[in-house]
Amino acid sequence: MLLGPATAWLVVFLVLPFIAIAVFSVGERAPEGGYQAAFTFAQYANLPARATAFWNTMVLAPVGALACLLVAYPVAYYLALRAPQRWRLILLALVVIPFWTSLLMRTYAWMYVLGGRGIPALLAYIGFEDIRLINTPGAVLLGIVYGYLPLMILPIYVSLERLDRRLLEASADLGATPLSTFLGVTLKLSLPGVMTGFSLVMILLLGEYLIPTLLGGGKVFFIGNGLVDLFLQSRNWPFGSAIAITLVLVSVVVLIAANRISTRVSGARRVDLI
Amino acid sequence: MTAVPDIEFRGVTKRYGAVTAVSGIDLAVPPSAFVALLGPSGCGKTTCLRMIGGFEQPSEGQVFIRGQDMAGTPPYRRPVNMVFQQYALFPHLDVEDNVAYGLRQARPRLSAREIASRAGEALEMVRLAGYGRRKIHELSGGQQQRVALARALVNKPAVLLLDEPLAALDKKLRTDMQIELQNLQREIGITFVLVTHDQEEALSMSDFVCVMNGGRIVQLGQPSEIYDEPADLFVADFVGKTNLLSGTVAGHSGDLVEVALADGTVIAARKRTALRQGEAVSVSLRPESLSLGARTSGPFKGIVRNRIFLGSTAEYAIEVQGIGTLLAKADHLIGHGNLFKPGEPVAIGFASGTPLAFAETKNNGANQRVEKHVEIIS
Repeated sequence: MLLGPATAWLVVFLVLPFIAIAVFSVGERAPEGGYQAAFTFAQYANLPARATAFWNTMVLAPVGALACLLVAYPVAYYLALRAPQRWRLILLALVVIPFWTSLLMRTYAWMYVLGGRGIPALLAYIGFEDIRLINTPGAVLLGIVYGYLPLMILPIYVSLERLDRRLLEASADLGATPLSTFLGVTLKLSLPGVMTGFSLVMILLLGEYLIPTLLGGGKVFFIGNGLVDLFLQSRNWPFGSAIAITLVLVSVVVLIAANRISTRVSGARRVDLI
Repeated sequence: MTAVPDIEFRGVTKRYGAVTAVSGIDLAVPPSAFVALLGPSGCGKTTCLRMIGGFEQPSEGQVFIRGQDMAGTPPYRRPVNMVFQQYALFPHLDVEDNVAYGLRQARPRLSAREIASRAGEALEMVRLAGYGRRKIHELSGGQQQRVALARALVNKPAVLLLDEPLAALDKKLRTDMQIELQNLQREIGITFVLVTHDQEEALSMSDFVCVMNGGRIVQLGQPSEIYDEPADLFVADFVGKTNLLSGTVAGHSGDLVEVALADGTVIAARKRTALRQGEAVSVSLRPESLSLGARTSGPFKGIVRNRIFLGSTAEYAIEVQGIGTLLAKADHLIGHGNLFKPGEPVAIGFASGTPLAFAETKNNGANQRVEKHVEIIS
């Protein structure tokens, strides 16, 4: 009974659209754009045409997620294990608050900060001329880390917070140095959180195109750009659908892999995405 | 005394902000002893244990392990191991890897073969051979307890610390583990320091009991001393069951004092400290020191209110006019049928020993220091 509304929601907003996309992906583009019923795998056969975009996405997503992880873990560690109890909630709020503003706005803000009249102007003022920050891979990475950080921090924080502190004492008691304790106990037991954060950010990055467009100068194409183009500009819905389906399959593979890894290392625990 | 103590506290005080958890503790534990730190919660016993383990640093004073000052030595460099409350076993490792954890930390590294064989021995010692590949959550509470023991002992520590190790077990298992722990301690011959709030556990397992209250050591001695000769009212009340009767000092006769109880009865009692004429005192009467009889000419007469038959003995709650309810324990002699029934009048006398009289002090224990430097001589 209680599952009724949730099930209805999922069917209407997830399953039905997914079926529609799947049906579109084996169809043909109508002469004037859109979809025309057919049964052909021509769209899938055409996927190599977007190989570059796929490749770029497959690099951007894991690298971006990794960069996020490297920044997020120390923050989550500090919040969960080091920060004074009474500061914890305030600091957590500070992590989440930027999320209340749209990512587009915040990314635009970075365009100005990194652009000619932002940090480079300041650097020029103290003598470092001609430093370009905007439209570089570094700027894209910065934008990604900035935009997705809370999604990485929160699951890691939760798993570290749940960690039984006595295990750390037991480890030290048994002769483990702080580094061994971190590697052998803390890190391993927080792996479910790490994997949740990593897959969450990575899956979102598979569809990301805004940040690379705004901060990377739009010179590099990603699957996300491709989808926007195909659906809105060239109105080739079947090809767009084929790409979307492929993307979903890749995401599923990523999730299963993450689940496997964290189950193996930290015992019988699953990755909880929600 | 020539042997270097395994553990020594010199003037150790621990404060958390304004709260003093442990205050001015002096204690020396000789090698190969089984010592229990006994006291109510908040008495500082766990803090003492954690200072030996290195998880807390004393605010004042020093902790020595085998003659070495431990100031600034982190837990991972101390030659002691702890069995944690609720065991703190690593959930992501199986039984054998839990036990081998300490061995894997050793530098220079031990060979894989040595690690496996020592872990196997340790598991055998706690009768868990063949359980090496089990997951922790597949084990029962008693088995987890034994894994925790094996994990601590495999490193051959100078001292084993046990923090309320049996608290999570049911009564039957607890009794079994008490015997097992005692045997284990005798077998391997290292010092065990046990923290417990359970006086029965402390008395039954250890060679020495260190009773703590309000951050101080109130009494230290062998279990029978603690029970028979409690240093003060707190110990008398905390260790074992006793009847505490209030009265005033009516007179002195030699080593004994005469105490007038509330109902006017005067009884002779031994004293622990000098007592003034007219001073308010509590007299401790152990239930088993009382004798019951229909005709016994005892100082008290009362009516049986309650009887708990325990097999070899029976406990009676007896209401005595003007004094209150007294708890008495009487041996049950098979075939004699000498059980009193509720409602029956009985006379109460003293079967053995002389009652002990203690000065009544408010906030007992916290303002009473019995000995300045307590040392066990074995």
